[in-house]
Amino acid sequence: MSSTLASALPVGARSGRQRRFSVIPGFGLTLGYTLLYLSLIVLIPLSAVFFKATELSWPEFWRAVSSPRVVASYQLSFGASLLAAGINAVFGLLLAWVLVRYSFPGKRIVDALIDLPFALPTAVAGIALTAIYARNGWLGQFIEGELGFRIAFAPPGVLIALIFIGVPFVVRTVQPVLEELDMELEEAAASLGARRWQTFRYVIAPVLLPALLTGFTLAFARAVGEYGSVIFIAGNIPMVSEITPLMIITRLEQFDYAGATAIAAVMLVISFVMLLVINGLQAWTAKRTGRTI
Amino acid sequence: MGIRVENIQKRFGDFVALDEVTLDFPSGELVALLGPSGCGKTTLLRIIAGLERADAGSVVLDGEDASGAHVRERQVGFVFQHYALFKHMTVFDNVAFGLRMKPRGERRSKEEIRHRVHELLKLVQLDWLAERFPSQLSGGQRQRIALARALAVEPRVLLLDEPFGALDAKVRKELRRWLRRLHDELHITSIFVTHDQEEALEVADRVVLMDRGRVEQVGSPEEVYRTPRTPFVYSFLGSVNQFHGRVEASRLVVGDEAVPHDGEEFEHGAEVHAFARPHELDIVAASAAEGIPARVIRVLTFGISARVELEGLNGAAGQHFEAELPRERVEQLGLVAGQAVKVVPSRLKLFERQVTGATL
Repeated sequence: MSSTLASALPVGARSGRQRRFSVIPGFGLTLGYTLLYLSLIVLIPLSAVFFKATELSWPEFWRAVSSPRVVASYQLSFGASLLAAGINAVFGLLLAWVLVRYSFPGKRIVDALIDLPFALPTAVAGIALTAIYARNGWLGQFIEGELGFRIAFAPPGVLIALIFIGVPFVVRTVQPVLEELDMELEEAAASLGARRWQTFRYVIAPVLLPALLTGFTLAFARAVGEYGSVIFIAGNIPMVSEITPLMIITRLEQFDYAGATAIAAVMLVISFVMLLVINGLQAWTAKRTGRTI
Repeated sequence: MGIRVENIQKRFGDFVALDEVTLDFPSGELVALLGPSGCGKTTLLRIIAGLERADAGSVVLDGEDASGAHVRERQVGFVFQHYALFKHMTVFDNVAFGLRMKPRGERRSKEEIRHRVHELLKLVQLDWLAERFPSQLSGGQRQRIALARALAVEPRVLLLDEPFGALDAKVRKELRRWLRRLHDELHITSIFVTHDQEEALEVADRVVLMDRGRVEQVGSPEEVYRTPRTPFVYSFLGSVNQFHGRVEASRLVVGDEAVPHDGEEFEHGAEVHAFARPHELDIVAASAAEGIPARVIRVLTFGISARVELEGLNGAAGQHFEAELPRERVEQLGLVAGQAVKVVPSRLKLFERQVTGATL
């Protein structure tokens, strides 16, 4: 390839790859637009968070983000989000499996129901869940009244709300991959003597894993940022059931904008690192399963 | 190991896929299940493998009734039309799969597995591809890997479902010769499904012809080609020219014309379907004494022999004929499109009408 052509290429595309003819040209234009769009919509507002937080001195910043109440909220927010995403990964996979592999009456309705948590205003979800799990609610009267296990106005309530809003992410990412998974692969495995769990473990799971991780990541990211549904069911008891977004709102209500952005900045950094790790893990599994080669 | 299927019955809803099929597959033979799509050949293969359950009837493997056995327990090697290789595994891991899935007690050591896999890869002549992924292989290579993978577990039978169906014509020809050689080396009882009559006749020891869920004829390639038992078999095994007529002594009357046929025993006045292959059809001038009137549509003179497409006239109006003649003969007759001629079959195969194979 001539050096003039190579220098005309954007940095990412230069290494090792030759410029390919494509039916729809315009790499430069679309990449430029992408960067501008990302800047306007994502980067600039987020950098404003960090910028605002710099109004605090280091000791002030540290005090704002490390008070026991805030630290407890990090633990609840990230802990419950990870747990909820994990639970969703398992049951979302099951749901997707049932929807793809079997046909049963009402299948389309079930399929449509999956998206409902996307559409529902989160406050409505929060109120509905609270009404069900509160001590006098449909389920709450048995679980809390009879068994003595508290859900609403306690951390388990937070977990349930986060599971609720995360369901569609896993189902919708895994579903298309499952649909493409050829039944012949399972038949081939069985004819080679694999037992059912072996077929799942060695043939199906490796193919599903990248999609499942994507679903997990999306569900996790959504859960970390969730506010509306959680505050209704959490009860917001300091040190017990306060989530980090609530801590930010509380600061805002006290006109402590710098304090609010400090907590927000910490939250952003933690989320970003976690997403980076999961993405790395995903790239690794994809590579290991021969997809990018 | 011999395979026997007895009275296999299979329906999909209202569609009868297999209707009372009974067949024997002798040990060590390579048998082709041949038929048009939808004739039930793949279903039969899948039932033998245990990938499908028959509604009635039994599958006997090596003298034991295996009808209830899971595909895992039947020890059959199955090769799929679209290879069904595990995309996330290397070629080596694909071939090793069956060996690694064995219960701990029967599993061989890592070293032995490695040795065996390389042995198999050498057998299919692809040892140098061990570390590649299936997506990096050509279709023909993939199918050979799929075969090596199936052979790894030392199956008692090898079942191949349209193994060359997804390949292009040239690779296909190469691979079927290669499969034949491989079978001569291994002598493992094998059944392969195909809709390509040339493939079946060229590769198999025996051919089973199927149509609409029934077995039409079983025999060596020579037998089924030479002495087809039904019009279906005759017309499926090559191009045909068909005449409808009536037998009168040693002549066949088609419309107003009569042509000779050699003494097959049909009652005087019997209504028959008569068949002739393109090379069994001669063309004579329209002024000739006997023959079936036809008009030349197209003359194709490339290749060793010439092909002439004709359209029947009078008694055979609307019928399409195809004749294969030496080029000199075409030149001698001076055939051109539109010319009126007569066709004379040199050999006719007669089937009584209404039989259409239903009595088998």
